Amino acid sequence: MTALIILLCIILITIVLVQIGKVTELTAQIKGEREVLRDNSKWNGLLSLIFLVIFMVGVFVSTWQYKNQMLGYGPHESASEHGIALDDMFFITLVFTGIVFLLTHIALFWFAYKYRWSENRKAEFISHDNRLEIIWTAIPAIVMTFLVVRGLNAWNTVMADIGPDEDAIEIEATGQQFNWIIRYPGPDGKLGARNYKLTTATNQIGQDFTDPKNWDDVVVGQELYLPVGKKVRVRILAKDVLHNFFLPQFRVKMDAVPGLPTYFVFTPIKTTSDYRNELRKYEEYNEPFDPADPTGPKRWEKFEYELACAELCGKGHYSMRRILKVVSQEEYDEWYRKQESYYLTQVRGKDEDPNKDKVLDVEILQRAKAFSESIKSAVESEDEEAKTLTLNHINFETGAAALTANSKYELDNLVTGMNAFPQIRIEIAGHTDNTGDPASNRELSQQRAAAVARYLTERGIDAGRLRSVGYGDTKPLGPNDTDENRAKNRRTEFTIL
Amino acid sequence: MAHVVSATETLEEKLTQELGFDDQFHEHHHGDKFQSNFLTTYIFSTDHKIIGRQFLITGIFWAIMGAAMSIIFRLQLGFPEADMAWLRPILGKWIMVNEQGIGKLDPEFYYSLVTIHGTVLVFFVLTAGLSGTFSNLLIPLQIGARDMASPLLNAFSYWFFFLASVVMFLSLFLSTGPFSGGWTAYPPLSALPQASDGSAAGMTMWIVAMALFIVSALLGGINYVTTVLNLRTKGMNMWRMPLTIWAFFITAILGVLSFPVLFSGVLLLMFDRSMGTSFYLSEIVVGGQILDRVGGSPILFQHLFWFLGHPEVYIIILPAMGIVSEVLSVHARKPIFGYRAMVLSILAIAFLSFIVWAHHMFMSGVNPFISNFFVVFTLIIAVPSAVKVFNWISTIYGSNFRFNAASLFGIGFVSMFISGGLTGIFLGNSAIDIALHDTYFVVAHFHIVMGIAAFFGMFAGIYHWFPKMFGRFMNETLGKIHFWGTLVGAYAIFWPMHYTGMAGMPRRYYDGGASFDAFRHFEDLNKFITVAAIVVFFLQIIFVINFFYSIFSGRKSTTKNPWGANTLEWTTPINAGHGNWPGNIPTVQRWAYDYGKNGEEFIPQYIPLREDEHDHGH
Repeated sequence: MTALIILLCIILITIVLVQIGKVTELTAQIKGEREVLRDNSKWNGLLSLIFLVIFMVGVFVSTWQYKNQMLGYGPHESASEHGIALDDMFFITLVFTGIVFLLTHIALFWFAYKYRWSENRKAEFISHDNRLEIIWTAIPAIVMTFLVVRGLNAWNTVMADIGPDEDAIEIEATGQQFNWIIRYPGPDGKLGARNYKLTTATNQIGQDFTDPKNWDDVVVGQELYLPVGKKVRVRILAKDVLHNFFLPQFRVKMDAVPGLPTYFVFTPIKTTSDYRNELRKYEEYNEPFDPADPTGPKRWEKFEYELACAELCGKGHYSMRRILKVVSQEEYDEWYRKQESYYLTQVRGKDEDPNKDKVLDVEILQRAKAFSESIKSAVESEDEEAKTLTLNHINFETGAAALTANSKYELDNLVTGMNAFPQIRIEIAGHTDNTGDPASNRELSQQRAAAVARYLTERGIDAGRLRSVGYGDTKPLGPNDTDENRAKNRRTEFTIL
Repeated sequence: MAHVVSATETLEEKLTQELGFDDQFHEHHHGDKFQSNFLTTYIFSTDHKIIGRQFLITGIFWAIMGAAMSIIFRLQLGFPEADMAWLRPILGKWIMVNEQGIGKLDPEFYYSLVTIHGTVLVFFVLTAGLSGTFSNLLIPLQIGARDMASPLLNAFSYWFFFLASVVMFLSLFLSTGPFSGGWTAYPPLSALPQASDGSAAGMTMWIVAMALFIVSALLGGINYVTTVLNLRTKGMNMWRMPLTIWAFFITAILGVLSFPVLFSGVLLLMFDRSMGTSFYLSEIVVGGQILDRVGGSPILFQHLFWFLGHPEVYIIILPAMGIVSEVLSVHARKPIFGYRAMVLSILAIAFLSFIVWAHHMFMSGVNPFISNFFVVFTLIIAVPSAVKVFNWISTIYGSNFRFNAASLFGIGFVSMFISGGLTGIFLGNSAIDIALHDTYFVVAHFHIVMGIAAFFGMFAGIYHWFPKMFGRFMNETLGKIHFWGTLVGAYAIFWPMHYTGMAGMPRRYYDGGASFDAFRHFEDLNKFITVAAIVVFFLQIIFVINFFYSIFSGRKSTTKNPWGANTLEWTTPINAGHGNWPGNIPTVQRWAYDYGKNGEEFIPQYIPLREDEHDHGH
C-alpha cells in the first residue's frame, strides 16, 4: 500500500513538472526570446551563486564533521610506522587540492554569474594569452613534481623488502573463499615449503611436510597476535581467486594472487590497548558498542584491529574478517608459547603424514624433555605405582631382541636420567601380549629386557643398578581383546626400585 | 518546410553557391535507393545522423537499466534491514524470502548488479551512447562531409553494438545469473565457474557481448578516423576543426589502438575457461578441487585489461570535453580560450593515457619499482587537465553567458571534472593509494570524474544538438530542473563516499561493511546516499520523458542556426536529408570560434576572411 502511494506521488510529481514545463514554454513564446534570456540570466545567475555558496560551505562543514575519518587525524591515526608518511602525503595533497578546488569553483560559478547574458554586454574577443597559459601550465607542473618526488620517496621506503640480516618476523596469510589462513613459523623462525598439489582437507594450504621447516609451523586461530615495535613481513598468497590483505589502521594493503606470492613489510607502533586509549578521547567512541545495550561496553573498549579483504573474491567477499591484536613483546611471547605446531598436533602419525615411519629431531628433543620431567617426578614420588614408567618409543626387530635404530634415543634419555639421579636403581621389564606360545613369549621378553640393559651398560651405567625381567604375557595392562589393547600390552617398562 | 529567411541565410546560400564545393551531389540526389522506405530510413539506415540517434536511444535504454540496477544495490546498502520482497515479481529467485516473509537480496545477485551496472555504463552508455552518438552525428556535419567514409561499416558498427546489447541483456535471465565478478572481470574469479555462479554461463555471455562490442567500437573508430582525415571540406584544415572533432578524432584513435588489446585479453580468458589453457591460472585449489593449471599469471590479464581500461576512461571523457568546449564557447558568445592549448592538451592526455595503466595495479603485486614510472606519468596528466579547466573558466570570463540547459550542463561538467580530477591526484600517488585503493574513495573519484562528468557532457550535447537531431527543442524548464537537481543530487551521492573511503571502507561490500567495527558506523551516510540516488534517478526519468516527448511534440525549430553558432552543422537544412546539404558543400574560410569578433556576435566558418583579418586557426 505504501509502495502504491509512493508510486502515485511520483507519477503525480512527474505530471506536475511536465505541465510546468509546458506552461513555461508557452509563456516563453509569448514573452519573446529577449525576455526569456533576461529571465534565464536572472534566475540561473542567482542559482549559480547560491549553489557556489552552499556547495563550498557544505564541503567545508561536512569535512569538519567527518574530520575524524581523515587519514592521520584524530582517532584515525596510523598504527604503523610507514603509515605516518602516507598520512602526511595525504594531508599535503589535501591542502594543495583544497586550494585549487576552492579557487576554481569560485571562479567558475562567480564568472558564470558575473558575465551572465545581458542586452548591453558584449562578449570580449579573447582567443588566448600565452603568458597566462605558460604560468598556469608551470604552476601545476611544479606542484606535481613536488608531490611526485615526496610520494615516491615514501613509496619506495614503504615497499622495500626486508634485508637479509634484518630482525623481523615473517608470517604468512593465505586468502581463500571466504577466510584467511594465517601461518606463523615455529621456533626455527622459518616458514616451511608449500606445494598446492598437496592440499587436502586437513592440509588446507598444501604444506609440504617432508620439509623440516614445516614441522613446527603454527596455523593460528581466529585472533592473530603481533608484538609492538617489531618489523613484520607478511607473505601473502591466495588459494583460489584474488584476495587482498587489508589492515586499514596499519595502511597495509596488498593483493593475494594465486601462484604469485606477494609481501608487505610493516612495523606496528601502537598496541591494541594504546589505540583504545586514544579512541577513548573521542565522543563517538564513547557510544555503546552495541546500540541495543546502552549500558554495555563502549566502542573504544571493544576496539580491535581488523583484517579485511579488499579485492572482490566472490559472494562472501564482505565477510573475510579476522582480528589482529598488537601486544607488548612479553604478551606476544606468552601467546606464541601457547601455540602448537599444526603438523605435530593435527597431522603427525596419521595416514597423510609422509614421515610416519621416521622419528623427527623435534620429537626427540620434546621427548627428551618430557622424559627428564617424568623421571624426576617418578623419583620424587612416594606412590609405588608412579614409579613405573613405560618406554613408549622403544621398538625391536620383529620376533627378535635387537633394538631398532630409532629406539636408541629414548634409551639415551634414560641414560641421562640415571646419570642425573645416580642413587636410583631400576628394574627393566619386558611384556608381550597373549598371542603365541607363553613360554617363548616369556623368553623373548626376557631377551628384550636384557637387550635394553645391555645397551645401558654399554653407555656407562653400572650393571649393578640394573635388573632385567621378562614377564611375557603375565602382566597385561588390560584385556587382550583388540589390536589396540594388545599393542598397549606389548611394552617395555622400567620401575625405579 | 517554410522557414523564416533571414539575412544571414541568404548570405549563406549565396556564399555556398559561389564558394561551396560542387561534388555533383544533386545529380544522384533524387530517388535515393537507400532511404526509400521506413525500414531503410529508420532501422537499417546507413545515414550517419540516423545511426547517431540509434546509438543515443540504445544508450538511453542501457542508462535506465544501469541506473535502475544501482538503485537496487543502493537500497541494499542504505537499508540493509528493509524488506525487499516487493522486488520479487521482477527479480524472482534473487530475492530470498525467509519464513517471516522478509525478502533479502541474494549476495550473488548483488555482485551481478554491481558488475553489470559498471559494464553497461562504461561501455554501452558512456562509450557507445556518448562517443557513438556524437561522433556519428557531428563528424560529417561539422567537417562538411556528406556522410562517413564508409556508411555501411558505420551501420555495422551500430548493429554489432545492438547484438552486444542483446547478448548482455539475455545474460540477465540466466539461472546462474549474469556475470558477478566486477566490471574488470579479473581472473581467476572470472575464469572459474567453481568460484562463483556468475562465472558460469553469465561470464561466457559477458565475453561474447564484449567481443561484439569491441567489433562495434573498432568499426566505428576506423570510420571516424578515416572520415576526419579524408573527408574534410575545402578549407577545413586540422587547425580549423572545432574541438568536438578533435576530441572525437583522438578518441577514435585511442579506441582503435586499445580495444584490440582488451579483445586479446578476453580471448585468452575464454581459452582459459573452455580450452584448458593457463594464461591467467596458476596453482589453484578451488572448492576442494586441485586444478592442473600452472604457469599463468592473473596479473597478465590486469595488464591487458587496463591497457584498454585506462585509455577507455579518456575514450569516455574526451568526447565530453570536446562537446563542453563547443557548447560553452557558443553560449558564452566568446571564442574558446586557448584553442591551440586545448588541442595540445587533448593530444597530451591521449598520449599519456597509454602509459599510465598500471596505476590501477599499484596494490596488485606488480613490482613496486615499476610503479615509480606510472606515478610520474599519472601525475603529469594533471597538467594538461588543469590547462583545460583553466581554459574553460577563462572562456566564461568576460563573456555574455547565455544560461540554458546545454550551457548549464557545460558548467556542471567543469565542476565535476575539477572535483573528481583533484581526487585523482591522491589516488595516482602510489603511497596514498596504499590506504585508498579499492575503497569508496575510488568509487567517489571515478563516478564524479568520468561518470557524472561524462554524463553532464552528454546532456550538454543532447540539449545543444537536439534541434539538429530532431528539428525541435527540448523543454528548457524541465532541462533546468534536470540540471540543478542532478548537480546537487550527484554531489550528494558521491561526495560523502570520500569520507567512508578515507575510513577505509572497501568497495563491493554486500553488507555495507556491517561485519566490521571499523566500517559499520556509516548507516546514516549510506541512507542519505541511497535517498539522493533515488531522487537523482527520478530526475533522469524527467529527462527521458522530456527527451521522448520533445522528439514528437517539442517546440519546433524555425531557424537553421538557433544558437547563433559558427560550425557547419547549422548550415544544413533543419531536417537535413541524406547527404546533409542539398546543394554544394560549404567551404571553410576561418576557424570555428570567431564569436564577438569585429563587432559581430558570431562569424560562421563559411564567411571569408576580411583582407586585414587574421585567422586564428593557423
